[in-house]
Amino acid sequence: MKTRQTRDKFIRLGFLVMASISILVLFMILVFLFAEGVPILKKVSIWGFVFGQEWYPTSSPPDFGIFPLLVASLAVTFLSALMAIPLGVMTAIYLAEIASARFREMVKPLVELLAALPSVVIGFFGMVVVAPFLQDTLDLATGLNLFNASLMLAFMSVPTICSISEDAIYSVPRELKEASLALGATHWETIRRVMIPASLSGISTAVILGMSRAIGETMVVLMVAGGAAMIPTSIFKPVRPMPASIAAEMAEAPFRGDHYHALFAIGVVLFLFTLCFNLVADHIAQKHKQVGAATL
Amino acid sequence: MDAHSDSARGDLSRKRGKVRSQEKLGGNALAASQTKSLARTRRLMQTGFFSLFRVAALINGLALLIVVAFLLLNGWRAINWTFLSQAPLDSMTRGGIFPCIVGTFFLSFGAMLVAFPWGVASAIYLHEYAQPGPTLRVIRLGINNLAGVPSVVFGLFGLAFFVIWCNLKVSVLSGALTLGALILPVIIGTAEEALRAVPATYREASLALGATKWQTIYRVVLPAAFPGMLTGCILGVSRAAGETAAIMFTAAVFFTRQLPSSIFDPVMALPYHIYVLATAGTQIELTRPLQYGTALVLIALVFSMNLIAIFYRARLQRRF
Repeated sequence: MKTRQTRDKFIRLGFLVMASISILVLFMILVFLFAEGVPILKKVSIWGFVFGQEWYPTSSPPDFGIFPLLVASLAVTFLSALMAIPLGVMTAIYLAEIASARFREMVKPLVELLAALPSVVIGFFGMVVVAPFLQDTLDLATGLNLFNASLMLAFMSVPTICSISEDAIYSVPRELKEASLALGATHWETIRRVMIPASLSGISTAVILGMSRAIGETMVVLMVAGGAAMIPTSIFKPVRPMPASIAAEMAEAPFRGDHYHALFAIGVVLFLFTLCFNLVADHIAQKHKQVGAATL
Repeated sequence: MDAHSDSARGDLSRKRGKVRSQEKLGGNALAASQTKSLARTRRLMQTGFFSLFRVAALINGLALLIVVAFLLLNGWRAINWTFLSQAPLDSMTRGGIFPCIVGTFFLSFGAMLVAFPWGVASAIYLHEYAQPGPTLRVIRLGINNLAGVPSVVFGLFGLAFFVIWCNLKVSVLSGALTLGALILPVIIGTAEEALRAVPATYREASLALGATKWQTIYRVVLPAAFPGMLTGCILGVSRAAGETAAIMFTAAVFFTRQLPSSIFDPVMALPYHIYVLATAGTQIELTRPLQYGTALVLIALVFSMNLIAIFYRARLQRRF
């Protein structure tokens, strides 16, 4: 009897160890990024690295200022959020509230498929279809620019935003909705005044996670954003967001040279950005957890 | 009453005056017509906004349709048996993509072999053993954050840790390990969902018969949850198959003469091949059909796996 129980305790411990490995991996990512990224600070101060205006890592003497890349990343993320948030949230409302059950069953897998589109395929589509189209219709120097990248990123983050918000709206307790309808509110008024406020925490989480996905997305911005490491003056200028810089330059960077360390340092910045996004999302989700009808 | 000194009160008195004058005019009919027009505006608002939502949903469907249709129309001509079964020729301007298919297969199934046992074990701990508390909170936070790490950062980590520190070089093994870490959150999520779907009565019945917790999990819960975990497995493979940035520095190369002979060899992979042909080739326009063909093969692979998972899951949901 006793051995059975001790064995069970050991098994439990084994599973705890397995589950903790995820955190270990996260920790190791952090350690290795810092180990390879920090040496660049011997060449350039933190201030000079983050706010330096010039990114010429291969010229001599090289310049390691990532401000243009940082601005580019924030710009594509913000612009794509402007497109993706309304689209994603409205689709979620449609699916959760308006569509018939049968239609919902049909469209939900569609959103999942949209989420499953490999990013390299979206990037390819942006390159060969959207870029020439933009170039011709708007008479631009190049179709590979900030706007095109944002558009493609928006399509990548819509499924994330949509499916998480849809879950949130769908799980609003029924009695809230019924109470509102019983008071004589129309379905739309109920959605606007009751359903959306009640699921706002879920929707915010969805939006933050969608933006986090957009800022870290690599292939799309690598192929579509144009690749010029300059601070954009309009949304139709080519840019070079941080992930694109890492992916494009790593192959040429001499092993453990300054450029190599600088790219890892960009990785650190990127990692910290997404970490912040995720912690905020997690905080919102925890703080405003929907428990029954009492949280409105 | 001074309406100028106190505007709110003034409003009120004016309203009262209005109501009184309406009553004089036999206001019941008027009020009714006002209510009617209000109801009409409310209904119109609803119709307007609902159409807006419909359009939003439609845009999503259209976007997917356009991308798929475009690749299909341009890609199907490139696809034939030679394309699927041969290696690239003439510095990748002709020939097929067989090595890429093989490479993607090795990488994604390798990733699965790494992530599946580990993800299922994590899910078992989270759902079966863990009590609510700080430990659980920290582990969940770790998994959520791991899910949010950009794929290029996984690539950097794979480069620094597996390729250089562990000295595995650019190889299938490095790539599979990196991808394994990347898809771990997907596996944990679906495995946990599968465990949640197993009714509590199963566990209670087993425990009541005198089985220990582990015996219950091993003999009762896992067999019941296993089919659901398989869908996570499929989704994980499909995610790994489409991933590019994470294998750029760890496993994939432009071109290999031979198929990999061991897990320590670098490989070609479908997503990376698309990227290389579309951006880095010397004859980008000439290889356009090959690019479309490769992209079509990749999304056919990814979509079919996803569809299988979706249908399989829909069938499972009717089971308990």
